[in-house]
Parts: sequence; C-alpha cells; structure tokens
Amino acid sequence: METLDLRVRIGALELQNPVLTASGTFGYAKEFEPFLNLNRLGGIIVKGISLEPRAGNPPPRIVETACGMLNAIGLENVGIERFISEKMPYLRTLTAPLIVNILGDSLDDYRELARRLDEVPGISGIEVNISCPNVKKGGVAFGAVPEMAAAVTAVVRGATRLPLIVKLSPNVTDITVMAKAVEAAGADAVSLINTLIGMAINAETRKPRLANIIGGLSGPAVKPIALRMVWQTAQAVQIPVIGIGGISTADDAVEFFLAGATAVQVGTANFYDPSAAEKIVAGLEEYLQRHNEERISTLIGALDTGGK
Amino acid sequence: MPQSQQQSRILANDPLTAEVFRLTVYSPEIAVAAAPGQFVMVQVSSSLDPLLRRPFSIHSRGADGSISLLFKVVGRGTALLAKARPGDKIDLLGPFGRGFDLSAAEKPVCLIGGGMGIAPLLFLAQELPGRKHALLGARNRDELAPLAKFFADIGCAVQLATDDGSLGHHGFIPDLLDEVLPDVSQVCTCGPSPMMRGVARKCRAAEVSCQVSLETHMACGMGACLGCAVPGRDGSYVHVCKEGPVFNSEELPWEL
Repeated sequence: METLDLRVRIGALELQNPVLTASGTFGYAKEFEPFLNLNRLGGIIVKGISLEPRAGNPPPRIVETACGMLNAIGLENVGIERFISEKMPYLRTLTAPLIVNILGDSLDDYRELARRLDEVPGISGIEVNISCPNVKKGGVAFGAVPEMAAAVTAVVRGATRLPLIVKLSPNVTDITVMAKAVEAAGADAVSLINTLIGMAINAETRKPRLANIIGGLSGPAVKPIALRMVWQTAQAVQIPVIGIGGISTADDAVEFFLAGATAVQVGTANFYDPSAAEKIVAGLEEYLQRHNEERISTLIGALDTGGK
Repeated sequence: MPQSQQQSRILANDPLTAEVFRLTVYSPEIAVAAAPGQFVMVQVSSSLDPLLRRPFSIHSRGADGSISLLFKVVGRGTALLAKARPGDKIDLLGPFGRGFDLSAAEKPVCLIGGGMGIAPLLFLAQELPGRKHALLGARNRDELAPLAKFFADIGCAVQLATDDGSLGHHGFIPDLLDEVLPDVSQVCTCGPSPMMRGVARKCRAAEVSCQVSLETHMACGMGACLGCAVPGRDGSYVHVCKEGPVFNSEELPWEL
C-alpha cells in the first residue's frame, strides 16, 4: 500500500494532518491525555487566553439544545502569566503543534498578547478570537466590523512572526467581507465558524436557561451553516480556510475539505467523545484508502457542483 | 487514579420504584480506579440527540469489576437510560472529580443523603472502615425503603425521614442531626441544596467538618467545558467536575 499523505500547510506551518482541536473545547490538552494520543493530532488549539485571568460568567453557563448546546462561559481563563508558567511546560512536551488562541478588549491587549507569546518557546501559531467586544469603542465586537477586524489582525501581525489565524464570527451579514478584510491585513489563515448567538427559555419558569440570557450555539446543529460559510469564504480568499462547526466524524471533516477547507477543528464533539479528534484522523486515512486517494490535499475544494 | 473510556456491558437495570433505577454495569477499569464521591459520564444515546453525556456519581462498586449508578427519570436522558437492558453496551468515561476525603476522620463518620443524593453515600459506606451511621431522607416510603435497605445490608446504621411521614421521621433530615453530631468527627452529605445548607449550618455550629457533594449540569466532566462552575468563597468560581464534586462546606459561599 502506498503511504497516505495527510499533510496540509497553514502559512508557514506544516501540519502532519488537518485535524485540530477547537479552542475552548479542549482545555489545555492535558485533560484529554487519558483518552487519546495527543501527538496523533494535526494540532492543538488551547482555551483562549487574555492578558489578565477572567473568572467567567455566573451559572448556569451551558444548556443542551437539539443536536447541540449553548454556552455562555464568559471566556474564563487563567491569563497569560499562568498560562506560560503552569500550562506551557506540559504543552511543550507534546510533538503536535500548539496554537494559542488569544482574546482582548482593546488593540493594545492583542498586541501585548502576541508580543508575549512570540517570545515563548514551543508555540507554533496564534489564533485570534475577534468575537470579543472592544471596550474602548463602546463594546462593539471586533469581529462585527471589517475595519476593526483588520485592525486587530494588523497589530497582531506587527507583533509576531508566528503563523496567524483569525477566527471569524458567523454573527455578521457577510462573513466573506470579514475574511477578505483580515486577509488584506496580514492573516495567514481564517478559521470559521465561531458559535452562533442563540438563546433558550424554560417555558415553565418563564426564565432564560442561561444566566447570561444569550449564548453561543455549537455542535452538529450548526454544521450546515458552517459548511455554507466555509464554502463561500474559500471562494472569496486566497489564504487557507480552517473549517469549524459540528464536526464529529471523518465524513463531516471530508465535507468541509470538499467545501474548500484546508484543515478542520473538532469542537463540541470533544465534550461527548474525548477521542473524537483521533478517530477522525484514523477515519480520514480510511476514507483516502477507500477512495484510492494518496493525499488529503486533493479533496480541498473538490466539491462537484455539476458546473454550477 | 487513571481515567478511561469503556464500552461497558449492562448487567442489570433494576427499577426500585416507577421512576428510580439502579443500573449495574461491568466496567472493571473504571471500577478499580474509582473512589467514593467520584462520578462517571454516561452516553445515554448513540445518536446526536440528546448530544451530551450525563454525569452520575458511583453508587456502589462490586467485587466483580462492576459499578452501579442510581438515577431517577427526570428528563430525556434518564428516560433513555431507563430503557437500557442487560446485555446492552453503554459508553462510560471516568472516574472523574474529587471524592470524599476521609484522611482526617478519627471518630465515626455520619453520612447524610436526600433523594438521589443518597447515591454516592452507599459507595462511601462500603469503603468506610468501622462503625458508620447514615441519615437518609426522601419524599416517601416507596422511594426511601429500597435505598435504606442497601445501607442496612452492609451493616450501616440508618435513621430515616420522609417528607410525608410514611417512613421514619416526618420531616427533614437536619432535624435528626442534633443528637448525632456530638458523636461524629466528619459529616458527608449529598442531596438537595436546602438540605445540605441546613446540614452544613449545624455542622459549623458544632465544629464538625462537613463535606458536601454538588450536582450541576456539565458537558464534559473533565475540566474542559467550564460549564459546571459554581460560586466559590472569594468571588471566583469553582468547577464541580474538577475541584468537586465534593467540597468542604467552608469552600462554598453559603451563608451558614
């Protein structure tokens, strides 16, 4: 049998396979060590880090919905100091590339986070979460306005030479406009979609099911929307697109590659099946064999639309 | 204390009442690793709806590599679980969380459980050396009698209370606590929040250490989703899955 080639490239970063774990669904990786071989993964994206620790939102923070879940965790994280001192020593022992997700309330926050991480050994890339509100601009989310998304991208680009992925919010009128804006500002790749804003209500008590009232919807329920947005975005930009949204099987991942994704992130599935990401890697190998393909890259954008 | 994912064969799914079940599964890796107070995450459906696993504390451990879980049908997940039959396979993850700490218990330990909160206390009673005492409460005789028998069967002294007075004391568990407290060095409790608060308040007054086991919704059980946060003492949050589910009551911001 010929050797299968699952390698893909995100800017300067070469991944042994295209399966990453989505930020916020994989802790700081160590939690999952009992359940899968972390080094079989294409890459690990850890829980979003801010300059200062964040306590997060009051409970209840999560609620199950049809084929999905809503969360309003509130970006709880240990902050960059403790991330570097407490989490990096373990993460550095892994051979799978580590991508650190960052989030801030101002351009200065993003610049400082990127500058600090640029000096830390063992980090292969940065993913920028632009879904947070800009406190200096009246709380409008960076990810909702193309000029602001471009500005965040540019300051991070200026502060690090690490491969730079910008994670896009689907809660916009046209996600391709956002993708083009961050591409022009220097992003090496875009990842999408972050969660869709939703809500759940308890009819009996007449109260919201989340303390935050609204939250982010994720899981298999969002996959068709994510797939559509990846397809549109892949046609709008030249940089790699990383697909996220309800991926729980290798077939799900293949659908995203066909729609134009160069890599995928496994998110909510990690919660209900902690070995999902490794199973997807194995399932992709099996898919290639079954279809007599040698390289995963031949699937990227190979959707057969019958000429439409 | 290694954790694992195990396809576990169902040995029995005994209805104790119309709504309460004791599910026994063969899960030797989880059984050998488990400590009282820890929990497992149970996949209730092989489809994507309902999507998330359900957390259940370990109710008892058998010598044969089995563990049992106690549950009441309260929603779709537990309704599916009630239909599980011996011979079926069910996917379990665990054991998770911080269990009961008995390293400092010199005098007898008192176990106090209400409703389904009785579940983890049987495993604790199994593992406790020496004399043990349990105060158990539930809505009525139907619900309480079968659970009380499990404790009596392993030689644990029990005192009972029911909301409707159909078995034991007519009223709440904390009512029974005053005469017991002078003789114990440690209380371990699990049940409805008002009950646990009442227990913790009396323990504080009597200067007896009180450990409480909390229940919340959670998506993963292993500290990744951060969905199970509850307020901690200093304005921050603690996570029931990792820092708990068992806490010293002094770690929680309860107005005792």
